[in-house]
Amino acid sequence: MHWVENALGRKIPAEIDGRPLKPFRGAFQDQGGGRQAAPRVPLTTVPGRVDKVVGSWDELWRRLPLRDGMTVSFHHHLRNGDFIVNEAMRRLAERGLKDLVVAPSALFPVHDGLVELIRSGVISHVEGSMNGQVGVACSKGLMKKTAVLRSHGGRYRAIQDGDLKIDLAIIAAPAADVFGNANGVLGRSAFGPIGIAKADSLYADRVVVVTDNLVPFPCVPMSISGLHVDHVLTVDTIGDPTKIVSGTTKITRSPTQLQIAELAARFVEAAGIMRDGFSFQAGAGGMSLAFTKFLGERMAEKKIKASFVIGGTTQFLVDLLNRGLIDVVTDGQSFDLTAVQSLRDNPRHVEIDPFVSYCQHARGCFAHMLDVAVLGATEIDLDFNVNVNTHSDGLLLHGIGGFADAAAGAGCTIITAPSFRKRIPVLRERVTTVTAPGEVIDVVVTERGLAINPRRQDLLEKVQGKGLPLITLPQLMDQVHALTGIPESPRLGERPVAVIEWRDGSIIDVVRQVLD
Amino acid sequence: MSTPTIFTSGLEGKSDLIVTYDPAAPFEVVVESSVKKLFGRHIHERAEKTLQEFNVSKGRLAIKDDGALDFIIAARIEAVLRKAGVAKPLPFSPVNRTPTEKDRLRRSRLYLPGNQPDLMLNAGLFGADSLIFDLEDSVAPDQKVDARILVRRILGEAHRLFPGSELIVRVNPLTGPFGYEDLHEIVPALPHLLLLPKCDGEHDVKEADREVTAIEREFGLQGRVMFMPLIETVKGTVNAQAIAQATGRNVALCFGAEDFTRDLGVPRTREGKETLAARSQIVYAAKVAGIQAIDTVFSDVGDDQGLLQSSLEAKSLGFVGKGVIHPRQIALVHQAFAPTAAEIEEARKIVEAMQKAVETGAGVVALGSKMVDAPVAERARQVIALAKQLGLPGVEGL
Repeated sequence: MHWVENALGRKIPAEIDGRPLKPFRGAFQDQGGGRQAAPRVPLTTVPGRVDKVVGSWDELWRRLPLRDGMTVSFHHHLRNGDFIVNEAMRRLAERGLKDLVVAPSALFPVHDGLVELIRSGVISHVEGSMNGQVGVACSKGLMKKTAVLRSHGGRYRAIQDGDLKIDLAIIAAPAADVFGNANGVLGRSAFGPIGIAKADSLYADRVVVVTDNLVPFPCVPMSISGLHVDHVLTVDTIGDPTKIVSGTTKITRSPTQLQIAELAARFVEAAGIMRDGFSFQAGAGGMSLAFTKFLGERMAEKKIKASFVIGGTTQFLVDLLNRGLIDVVTDGQSFDLTAVQSLRDNPRHVEIDPFVSYCQHARGCFAHMLDVAVLGATEIDLDFNVNVNTHSDGLLLHGIGGFADAAAGAGCTIITAPSFRKRIPVLRERVTTVTAPGEVIDVVVTERGLAINPRRQDLLEKVQGKGLPLITLPQLMDQVHALTGIPESPRLGERPVAVIEWRDGSIIDVVRQVLD
Repeated sequence: MSTPTIFTSGLEGKSDLIVTYDPAAPFEVVVESSVKKLFGRHIHERAEKTLQEFNVSKGRLAIKDDGALDFIIAARIEAVLRKAGVAKPLPFSPVNRTPTEKDRLRRSRLYLPGNQPDLMLNAGLFGADSLIFDLEDSVAPDQKVDARILVRRILGEAHRLFPGSELIVRVNPLTGPFGYEDLHEIVPALPHLLLLPKCDGEHDVKEADREVTAIEREFGLQGRVMFMPLIETVKGTVNAQAIAQATGRNVALCFGAEDFTRDLGVPRTREGKETLAARSQIVYAAKVAGIQAIDTVFSDVGDDQGLLQSSLEAKSLGFVGKGVIHPRQIALVHQAFAPTAAEIEEARKIVEAMQKAVETGAGVVALGSKMVDAPVAERARQVIALAKQLGLPGVEGL
């Protein structure tokens, strides 16, 4: 294997599975230009003869050109409640297909059963995020080919560029009509926005909407347009509603995490970022929820209103919207029932897809309008590089989500993380895997203090003397090592089992095989 | 009942480990850990080192770890070896710790269950004036040995974990089966203070004083361990005066409402009228003895408004601080016990009027139509001093 070094000094294979790789050159080095890949022109339909609905998987397969090695895509809006990925892949396996490429936006522990299909060769590899045992299987080298991880914006771009060419898109929807118009906000399996599937619907050769709730034509809102849909498959149920969204999302109770969230909110105010008309993004984890709540308290106290936020939406964001502290919530994913209902009923709570929020091929996506993004990480290194994909033992256990896009786009990117988890330090001399380069990371907030990237003297000057516990990353690492000790290096093989794409399609790092 | 042949220590859970020791089995150290890939070798070495410290080279020591730090590993191993009777307490090593000040800020004292390491590790980061490592009510009887050893070990790490915090250990009452052993384990590790629970009369404090003095003499301790008697019975309340004056080691009297209301036989309410008289009595007793009075905990962690009210009321009764059971309560308690802008302004006027009176040689100081007498002046000086200590605005030039 021929290796080259990318701009971060990471060793990247020159090509993988016969595909040449573009080494990462910097967060904003890609100049754009060129042309997108064009989608397939469908067969001309005759007026009055729309016949898209099929009542069974077998009938669906009869209508589709299936072949070995084809790429099948899914969205992850059903999260750990999803029934469709497992069902579709099991039935494709029964038909004797092999070497399939699975291209989900993300897999969850509910999909752990796919490991068997990887072992048996039905699935050659995954292009998408892997949370759970599929990630472990990938780490251990079980996939025939190399997995590809992309951010939400990066996935949209890859589909547009034809890097990820989808033969068959299977889009689960909690409401759809006979024409294939669909949305994510109606029905017993409602999950909120369905935007992740937008690119799949526009560019895949064949598009199937799967629903457990066929509504009268036209289905509104039509988040997925039936104009791009070949078939509508009706099934009994697309998922387990209790695992699709939680009834309510909960703020962390951990004193350490609350401390970090509070510190992040204090920083946003002290740095002057929190001013009328500002914008922010924070995730839906327990610590991010606490941040949202604390920031909201500070906004209310100072009578400051945000212009927009990008969700990851929860009841806490909806609460700020309803109290007039946020003007518009632009929503890519809803995590609880309150958020789903708000998206359905409140005109100032709008659905967006990754082209709008994150995609580099857009003429300025919303993330590029963000004043501040607050994001989590598994590791951070002394160069401010961040890892969200692998753990320190080398196992690939998380996807990128919107991380790279929000981090690159926001005026100030804040990483919140405890300085150690169990006894594993989050601060490393070199992260196990780079997901995003230090050039797009501005502040690291831990319970032991807050480190500002030396590149951002402007931020440093703004918050100095305001009582925030400032610290440098080397100081922080030494403090933590004094408590935890320095971890051993995990045993990793040479073979790359996955590549991590930067949003522009260049390779920022590879994940190596974990040896036992 | 037969004596156990296998000994265990530690709890299932994050940042802890379960150690089991079978003295009769062939010598072996076995490590299982959720962080084995990164710390497996390290944990193994740490375990062997601890065995060597106690000169133990027999039996089977099995570790099931979930990311515990070294001193926790050492504490758990020490506990099983001592329970098995194969190890004696380590020889005393001198502790370098500056004694606490009698009148130190004690607005918040954070309770930490003595056998739960995960809650202790970051306890110094939340700004509590004092930390209480509890060996009493939050520790089950069969875990007392484990907790005692863990707390002693954590006091040895305090310079790194809790710089700046006042360190308090709540020992078990000397009238019960665990108190004396607590003192012998903990006093040589020099906590700043001992919180003495269920003090019913001066004898309880005097007995602790006698025992602690003996231990200090035995180890030639330079530092002096101070006391905080905790009054949580009707009898203790009636005897508050004698308790407060029982020893020069006392720095504060504390009130415990939970046990007090049980003793009184009434339910504890959010408003707390049932404890009002007792709390006032404790404040008076402390005042007369020249020590601080500190109020009970507010147990509903979710009720911020209630906590604030309760703290403001405590302040108005004469308490200088409250107990807290979650770090989230600290900021509100500190807010309540800080002088308000109006109080600072009032005190500033009084102090300035007094300065002016000294300059002009006036015998009587008046502010508007009110005369400023000695207690008012003293109160004003205290408010200014506290405001300065807390770095509050409005005291410039005083």
